Amino acid sequence: MLILHCPCCGEDAAEIDLVPGGEAHLKREGPGSSDEALEDYLFTRDNPKGVVLERWRHAYGCGKWFLAARSSVTMEVYGTYAAQTHAPPQDLQDHIAERTGEA
Amino acid sequence: MSTRLARGGRFTDRSKQIGFTFNGRRFTGYEGDTLASALLAADQVLLGRSYKFHRPRGIVASGPEEPNALVHLGEGARFEPDQRATTTELFDGLVSSSQNHWPSLEFDVGEINAKLARFLPAGFYYKTFLWPRSFWKHLYEPVIRQAAGLGQAPHPEARDADRYEHYHAHVDLLVVGGGVAGLLAAKTAAEAGAEVLLIEQTAHWGGRAPVDGGTIDGMEPGAWVDETVAALQAMPNVKMRSRMMGAGVYDHGYVLGYERLTDHKPGAAGPRHRLWRIRAKQVITATGAIERPLSFAGNDVPGVMLASAVRDYVVNWGVAPGDRTVVVTNNDDAYRTAILLKQAGLDVPAIIDARPMGGGALMQEARDLGIKVEPGRGISKVLGGQRVSGVAICDQTGSGGELDTIACDAVAMSGGWSPVVHLFSHCGGKLEWDAEGHFFRPDASRAPTGADGAPFVSACGAANGFLSLPETLHCAAKAGAAVAGKLGHEATATTPEAVVTPESPLAPVWLMPQGARADLKMKAFLDYQNDVKVSDVQLAAREGYESVEHTKRYTTLGMASDQGKLSNINGLAILADALGTPIPQVGTTTFRPPYTPISFGAIAGEARGDIFQPLRRTPMQDWHEANNAAWEIVGQWRRPYCYPRGGETRHDAVNREITATRESLGLLDASTLGKILVKGPDAGRFLDMMYTNMMSTLPVGKCRYGLMCNENGFLMDDGVVVRLSEDSWLCHTTSGGADHVHAHMEDWLQCEWWDWKVYTANLTEQYAQIAVVGPNARKLLEKLGGMDVSPEALPFMGWADGSLADTPVRVYRISFSGELSYEIAIPANRGRAFWGKLLEAGAEWNITPYGTEALHVMRAEKGFIMIGDESDGTVIPQDLGLNWAISKKKDDYLGKRAQERHDMARGDRWKLVGLKTLDGSVLPDGCYAPAPGKNANGQRNTQGRVTSTYWSPTLKKGIAMGLVLNGPDRMGEVISFTAEDQDETRDELTTVEARIVNPVFFDPKGEKQDV
Amino acid sequence: MSDVMAPNEGARSEGLITVEALPPQGQITLRCEMSEDYRTKLSDALGMAFPDQRGSVTDGDRALLWMSPDELLLLVPYDAVDGVMESLNAAFDGWFIAITNLSDARAQFRVSGPHLRDILAKVTPTDMAPRGFPVGDVRRSRLAQVAAGYWLRSEDEAQVFVFRSVGAYAFEALSTLAQPGGEVNFLSA
Repeated sequence: MLILHCPCCGEDAAEIDLVPGGEAHLKREGPGSSDEALEDYLFTRDNPKGVVLERWRHAYGCGKWFLAARSSVTMEVYGTYAAQTHAPPQDLQDHIAERTGEA
Repeated sequence: MSTRLARGGRFTDRSKQIGFTFNGRRFTGYEGDTLASALLAADQVLLGRSYKFHRPRGIVASGPEEPNALVHLGEGARFEPDQRATTTELFDGLVSSSQNHWPSLEFDVGEINAKLARFLPAGFYYKTFLWPRSFWKHLYEPVIRQAAGLGQAPHPEARDADRYEHYHAHVDLLVVGGGVAGLLAAKTAAEAGAEVLLIEQTAHWGGRAPVDGGTIDGMEPGAWVDETVAALQAMPNVKMRSRMMGAGVYDHGYVLGYERLTDHKPGAAGPRHRLWRIRAKQVITATGAIERPLSFAGNDVPGVMLASAVRDYVVNWGVAPGDRTVVVTNNDDAYRTAILLKQAGLDVPAIIDARPMGGGALMQEARDLGIKVEPGRGISKVLGGQRVSGVAICDQTGSGGELDTIACDAVAMSGGWSPVVHLFSHCGGKLEWDAEGHFFRPDASRAPTGADGAPFVSACGAANGFLSLPETLHCAAKAGAAVAGKLGHEATATTPEAVVTPESPLAPVWLMPQGARADLKMKAFLDYQNDVKVSDVQLAAREGYESVEHTKRYTTLGMASDQGKLSNINGLAILADALGTPIPQVGTTTFRPPYTPISFGAIAGEARGDIFQPLRRTPMQDWHEANNAAWEIVGQWRRPYCYPRGGETRHDAVNREITATRESLGLLDASTLGKILVKGPDAGRFLDMMYTNMMSTLPVGKCRYGLMCNENGFLMDDGVVVRLSEDSWLCHTTSGGADHVHAHMEDWLQCEWWDWKVYTANLTEQYAQIAVVGPNARKLLEKLGGMDVSPEALPFMGWADGSLADTPVRVYRISFSGELSYEIAIPANRGRAFWGKLLEAGAEWNITPYGTEALHVMRAEKGFIMIGDESDGTVIPQDLGLNWAISKKKDDYLGKRAQERHDMARGDRWKLVGLKTLDGSVLPDGCYAPAPGKNANGQRNTQGRVTSTYWSPTLKKGIAMGLVLNGPDRMGEVISFTAEDQDETRDELTTVEARIVNPVFFDPKGEKQDV
Repeated sequence: MSDVMAPNEGARSEGLITVEALPPQGQITLRCEMSEDYRTKLSDALGMAFPDQRGSVTDGDRALLWMSPDELLLLVPYDAVDGVMESLNAAFDGWFIAITNLSDARAQFRVSGPHLRDILAKVTPTDMAPRGFPVGDVRRSRLAQVAAGYWLRSEDEAQVFVFRSVGAYAFEALSTLAQPGGEVNFLSA
């Protein structure tokens, strides 16, 4: 039963107000892409034990999508950030590195 | 015998008598009694039969750890099995009975199992009921099911008479446990300024301390408790709830609390149970410790109890479980029971102390009272069947040779204490083995961590392994201050001064006597509730079960509803011994919520009856209800399936509705259709990605049928898209698809094309939508008046805003039936009134409301697909002959790339065709067309299946659509489908022959709809 | 106006709180960015201040509620909707904005009484304590099994919004949980 801070409306949202959307930062493969690239895009997921970057929608709240950096082992939430990005913001990346001892 | 003492009972009010029954017999107790204390007071020692061997069983404990005293409670709509007598507060008129016996508690035929115990070892079921395979279904399973289970299930027609609810609480600090540790931790944190919720599972504050004695700040513990409770109650930042158990601790400080509001006064106003869904920044578990039984032969005979429980019954309820009680122990604490009994004027013939040198100061105190102490001794076996009549004693170091027997009617045993670590462990907290106390205690360095990665659960007091009063209080004050600090308050830990008689160390005793003979080990119970003995665990170890988790499942140790609160440590110590491995290396099984069972009612909360789940209602729902609608479930909507009149069957009603519509005029409540507004400078571009069709080129004023696929290429939804203005479109979706499609659009807009200027709005519920269908549809609208609905002003696939019958409307000329048809959107607040106006004005054309089944039949007659019938998540539009709706001009749309995959593009896919049975019958829904040969799994090959099948009253025969291998290339071919009824004795299938035809059965040129 | 029927019209129950279905309410959803020029433009057009995040601004029979980073809900009298829509559309001509009439799409209830916060805490996981939900604020979360909006109008009165089709469910759920005997006395002492 996670609580994730929604960066869009500022609420600390309970998990039952949220809908998960799987791995973040996938790159869409459209017409012209190779079969391998399409397969990766549609089906192949890392599912790491450790730091995961995920999509969540504050479905029962403000309705907005946001991204969360979380540990799939301890459930620690390193931070949440805007969906309109291609990578976590630098300060969050630094924080993750510090927390996971990879700094 | 077990009796009420002349005096005593902290909890009982002897001026208030309470009547209750057990197995039909009338009993009297006092206000403040539990069912267990009242039964013991009346010398009712035998309370039930054990699960497997049907052995006579009585009360062992005084709280939620009780494994034996499970009873049927209540009657009729309030009947419940497996209720613990020890946690059931007595109330006037309570009705209870014992479980798991036949014909009676005193004489139980099932007791024969005990005689056969030698043949019912661990893993008996796994070993015995394997072969022959066919015996399982007809012999083994019915017999096992008959024999299994403890209590009876409530009557299937009975409906729980009570109500239940949830409550969401957000607190800084949750303290679980209202004993002296919890009280002090709460007070320390609260005085520092923390907001505290303190919960206690029983009706009383103070826990064990008032029973166990000593002094706190010079006061009796009970007086200190009263003073502390009063101080806490006066603090505005402290909330206290008794009769509320901490049931489970979950991620991110989520804790379930189980509050029992009216169990002690059934029928009182208000909910019976309330499930608290608590979000706590910090949690302190002050859940105390539970005494362990000793494993000796006959340790389950009624009258053998935990030493602490014996003390509880004397002090708290003024009840003595026996006149002559033998105390057997491996520690000093049990001496307190002997001393207390003696001081109450009862007989204590001996204290059997397994330690060679016995105990310390408490032993001396006992001896001074004239109690005989037998150091280095153990019980070889308990004498007596339905209750204790004596004990045989032996050397603890031997194999059980009897030295002496002592007559007694009760045995108080103590094998030491185990901290209640459950809540600390639920969310990942790790334990460490305490080599001095011989128990697992919470490892604070590996506590459960929260969202910030920092620990959020701290154990304190006995729950943290500090069993003596001074240590408990010291630990609690420290925990309260430390947690207050984490919450940003400056706190100091001030420990009250506590004095108790010092204790000498415990000596671990996992089996009594140490080298007990086989016949004794077979009667030495570890898990009372599941009848698991020392010999079972040893057998499991011999058979190769090394993991404690596997042994648990193989022997069922700790798997009953008490979850092994008494048995776990003893069981794994026996396993460790048998494996020759130290206990900490064997480890514990996983602690899982809830701590003790909670009611299903509490889990369901208010969700029952009319509010079991939300049922969505259209603005016309009351009319449907008043007109005898039969319902079709569509998501959370209930749509009219048809409206049977008089004695009509559903089938007749559907046929009448179709015929009336095709011949004159029908009316459909289409309000459930999804309606999503898409607006903005990039809306056209966006919809070109969402739909397979080109939507950007749709002229203002026009409608276009569109298909929506997911990125896998599969058909997801369909509907009519309307161009409202230069920059806005209205997308209709299926009834079940509105929320999903809206979320899908928002996903792509927010997460992929966030720079595109598009807004969406879900208008589904803003409008009531009514389809006016049939050759007389235009005449009806003209009669209502207000706008031009002529074919020139409003052609097929056009729309117009206007007014009808003084109601603002938007009218779409679209048809899902093949008839002349107008779909009219009305502001939802006016929907019900407008429906009435249509019915009234349409009477002259026999206007006939029709339901979803008529809708389905009419669309099938026209060969229109239905999402969820023709599509199932594996079907692409190309399979359905919908290539005309897939734009060739677009570079891209969602699903386009996936549709180019080899598997999607291959020629031999199952494709949509019409199917006409040769005999005119209706094909079975979902039936398959078998093909020659078998596949790799030995299953018959198939070449197609039916997706929609109906009786067409228009064509007077069965019509169907189906997906058939290369179907469109096989027009006119006759293939076989499996028939509804199959003769299982024959190898050949019974089949129905059908001809592959064009799926458009009715008006193939579309002349009727475009007039 | 007799043709106009709000969802659950006339529904009312009294218990630990009073639950009343509200008469038709004009509701205009505005989706636009919340940059300074949009804020100024909207405030000028309406003659109302712009609400803070999760907050509201009230002016007589009108109110402006913050719903999400690009969504506001404007409440006006039901009969005034067409006029307000017209003037807003005129004011924002050429701007990227969606002004949508959703006056009929939701069921609205007034819930009131001293047990208000406790009864709402039975149906929503959002913190209903005063420090988490001050008067004037708007929260979007659950009402038991459906999505809902809560606008706290005073310490003992809130306006609750749900989709129209589940109005009956919301009314029944709130009424059931407000039955006497269900006092929690946690937030409402």
